[in-house]
Amino acid sequence: MTSAKIHEEQHDLVVIGAGSAGMAAAIAAYDAGITDIVILDKENSPGGILLQCIHNGFGLHRFKEELTGPEYAERYLVEIRRRGILCKNRAMVLDMTPDKEVYYSSESDGFCRIRSKAIICATGCSERTRGAIRIPGDRPSGVMTAGLAQQYLNIDGYFVGKRIFILGSGDIGLIMARRMTLEGARVLGVAELLPYSNGLNRNIVQCLNDYQIPLYLSHSVKSIHGKERLEKIVLARVDDKFQFIAGTEQEFLVDTLLLSVGLIPSNPLLEKIGVKIHPKTRGPLVDETMQTSIPGIFSCGNSLHVHDLVDFVSEEGEMAGRAAAQYIRQLDPQSGASGVNGLKSAVNSHYDNQGNNTVQAVSGKRIVTRPLEGIGYLLPSFIDYGLISEDNDGFVLKFRVTKPYQKVTLLVKQGDTVLKKLKKNYLLPAEMEHIKMKKSELVTAEHELTVEVSND
Amino acid sequence: MKDIVIIGAGAIGCAVARAFSRYQLDILVLERESDVGEITSAANSAIVHSGYDPEPGSLKASMNRLGNQLYGTMCQELDIEMQRIGSLTIATNEEELNILDSLERRAALNGIPIQMLSRDETLQREPNLTPEVQRALFAPTAGIVNTFELCVAMMENAMDNGVRLRLNEEVQKVIPLSTGGYEVRTNRGTCQARVIVNAAGLFSDEISNQVNSVKYEIMPRKGEYFVLDHFDPDFIHHTIFTVPSSKGKGILVSPTTHGNYILGPSSEFVSEKNDCSTDSETLEQVLAAAQKLVPSIPLNQIIRQFAGLRAYEKSGHFIIEESRPGFINLVGIQSPGLTSCPAIALEAVRLAQNTLSLVDKPDYNPCRRPVIRLNKMSLEDRAEFVRQNPKFGNIVCRCEIVSEGEVLDCIHRNCGATTVRGVKKRVRPGFGKCQGGFCQPRIIKILARELGKQPEEIRYKSPGSYILFEKTRGGVQK
Repeated sequence: MTSAKIHEEQHDLVVIGAGSAGMAAAIAAYDAGITDIVILDKENSPGGILLQCIHNGFGLHRFKEELTGPEYAERYLVEIRRRGILCKNRAMVLDMTPDKEVYYSSESDGFCRIRSKAIICATGCSERTRGAIRIPGDRPSGVMTAGLAQQYLNIDGYFVGKRIFILGSGDIGLIMARRMTLEGARVLGVAELLPYSNGLNRNIVQCLNDYQIPLYLSHSVKSIHGKERLEKIVLARVDDKFQFIAGTEQEFLVDTLLLSVGLIPSNPLLEKIGVKIHPKTRGPLVDETMQTSIPGIFSCGNSLHVHDLVDFVSEEGEMAGRAAAQYIRQLDPQSGASGVNGLKSAVNSHYDNQGNNTVQAVSGKRIVTRPLEGIGYLLPSFIDYGLISEDNDGFVLKFRVTKPYQKVTLLVKQGDTVLKKLKKNYLLPAEMEHIKMKKSELVTAEHELTVEVSND
Repeated sequence: MKDIVIIGAGAIGCAVARAFSRYQLDILVLERESDVGEITSAANSAIVHSGYDPEPGSLKASMNRLGNQLYGTMCQELDIEMQRIGSLTIATNEEELNILDSLERRAALNGIPIQMLSRDETLQREPNLTPEVQRALFAPTAGIVNTFELCVAMMENAMDNGVRLRLNEEVQKVIPLSTGGYEVRTNRGTCQARVIVNAAGLFSDEISNQVNSVKYEIMPRKGEYFVLDHFDPDFIHHTIFTVPSSKGKGILVSPTTHGNYILGPSSEFVSEKNDCSTDSETLEQVLAAAQKLVPSIPLNQIIRQFAGLRAYEKSGHFIIEESRPGFINLVGIQSPGLTSCPAIALEAVRLAQNTLSLVDKPDYNPCRRPVIRLNKMSLEDRAEFVRQNPKFGNIVCRCEIVSEGEVLDCIHRNCGATTVRGVKKRVRPGFGKCQGGFCQPRIIKILARELGKQPEEIRYKSPGSYILFEKTRGGVQK
């Protein structure tokens, strides 16, 4: 084969993914003055997973109205078009480099390279599968993730089956229970391993209770039966260590088992180039500007951590977009990369196996964050303390609690100093918590910033 | 009357078909499944065994040794992914050291090159091995093979050379004809052949017992496995074995030809020949045994579990014979059957010469058209190739990076894919972390378009394994 050159383009900013995070990021970066942007998206059209979420309930925070997924996406698409931001679809990014080269492939463009100044990864998340949660038994067709069934139903117009059982009470599972019922399939039940649902409360009510679909808490699928197509599942109760309790088995004759058993941020591109990954979230470690351990590479949305509401995905995308724009502006060609002062990444932090930061904030410039009692994970992983100006003062702590709490206090601390104290009637693992902070509220660069649940 | 009917298109049937395809013969292969290499050949360790382990002087020993030698040329001719990464059989205590010593003697008797490695040498090669390792037996000729591609490639090449394959056709009865030859009755018709090759794997006993007085009994022996994602190319470099026991070769931890890692197999007799189910208890034992070899196996990289059935004959031996004129039995071909398949095929050819006179085909071509492997090309070559073949730019599998062009190619070759699993076995969409979440709708659409079917007619594997049930009519239905 003759060796030819790779088609090459140059853009200031590459956004990978045209879902809710990527679109918001591109718009925000544009509005912050960086107009040479390209969005690369693997799907046929921009919008991401929103396009198959035809139920309503999107945008209550952002637009103060209830939109469907495609309607919510359309609001951003209009803004993308208005600004003339370039969006390439059916374009799969295959590789990127720390020097901000991006390789992608598409039928129309071929195999191409883009040289850029900054990259925003908004690559979303993927669903955990049967293999990941190790359900034993036969391996027939008819066992699939809820999101895939949703795509077949809402995009392609196909039923995957008529007698359905759903494992996992995450929001996709709940939404699909209602959706399949409305289309005429019979949903025999939804099982949840935990003693409480991981979906939004409104979805439990509107998707299960309203249709008399039973919810089996502290239950899981013990085995799968069927040589060709699924014929039967065995459900059983689990104890508090998630072990099946003998004698509690019940059989359901179903042709379809939908799995809604968790979402995992999808970051193969970042992992390949050695970006540090958070052991709990499976997204990258980021500072308060959503910058990863490689300067100029940012992350937002569900590829950073799995969100409960799209409104917060968009907000996070905008933060990443503004930060990327600032990063690019500060790259002064005359003085090399020295202009990125204050946005230097926290490359040197490490996590131990338990997901705890093992490096103390020693530079005086960077504060490491640490989740304490009752907090599953805490983002950002570091806060740059070096250079505070009015427009970079604010930051948001995001986290989820490990179990449901009632009437407790959230404490944000540095050492023994309490920075913030918030009384909470309810805290649920299903809901992401946000605490708006100001860097100028921090008392010292010497101590970690911690968040904990307290009974006081 | 056909010259040869081969019953079964697993690794053995495919290898036999290819071996006969160089001669001027009318050959038909009958396979009850929807694809070649679908049962035992699709669910095994995918190891090309070195051959130190079988009992010296046994058929297993000779077939393994010769099969291993033939793999190099065969994989080159057929463009099959195979790497001789070598195996390490490790001992961690006195008893295992004794076994290792006896294996060393056995290797010498079998004529297999091996090398005993000290603890330090072993850990230098494999830093992630258990620190309790005391010594290891290194077999440099052991390798790993893409077992799916192996069967497909052998059959494709056989078909390129004139062999015919009928899928979803199950042999129900083989009847010897008084005039010589045999009648073969299937669920779809009848045909006659001068020579029958019984390569029916798990069902080879039932086929043989229809025409032979000596009765065989296949006792299906199940092996359960874990598959890990391709998370780190340097995690393990060799196939790591525990010392073998009466139950088989023991648990192994090995890279695959695509950089995944495989753990297993267990070894338990089961009563049903279609029982490929996994169970938690066995899988826990497999994992525990694998962790004894490699303690740091990252559990969050596990993407799949599966089980396969070995076609173990009660005697424990390979049965390779002309049991009556023109009836060639290949029965009880369990491990190391995959390794032995090219050697067993040559044996089948030798036995058939009692009935058939073999004349070389002048236009026989031992080579398969090479497979386009985009991920093995340089960036520049890839760019140029995609420029000339734009379908190779459309990526349909995100985890394994597979293009539409590669899928089209695997559908339109001889022995092409007709099912979602068929595409998966040939070019890998669905093997990755998302297990088909992204690619499956795309593969269904491509298959439907290329085969002239509706999407709901596309199957995962066998005719009953539908994926899409029916079209919605939109709106609320009662």
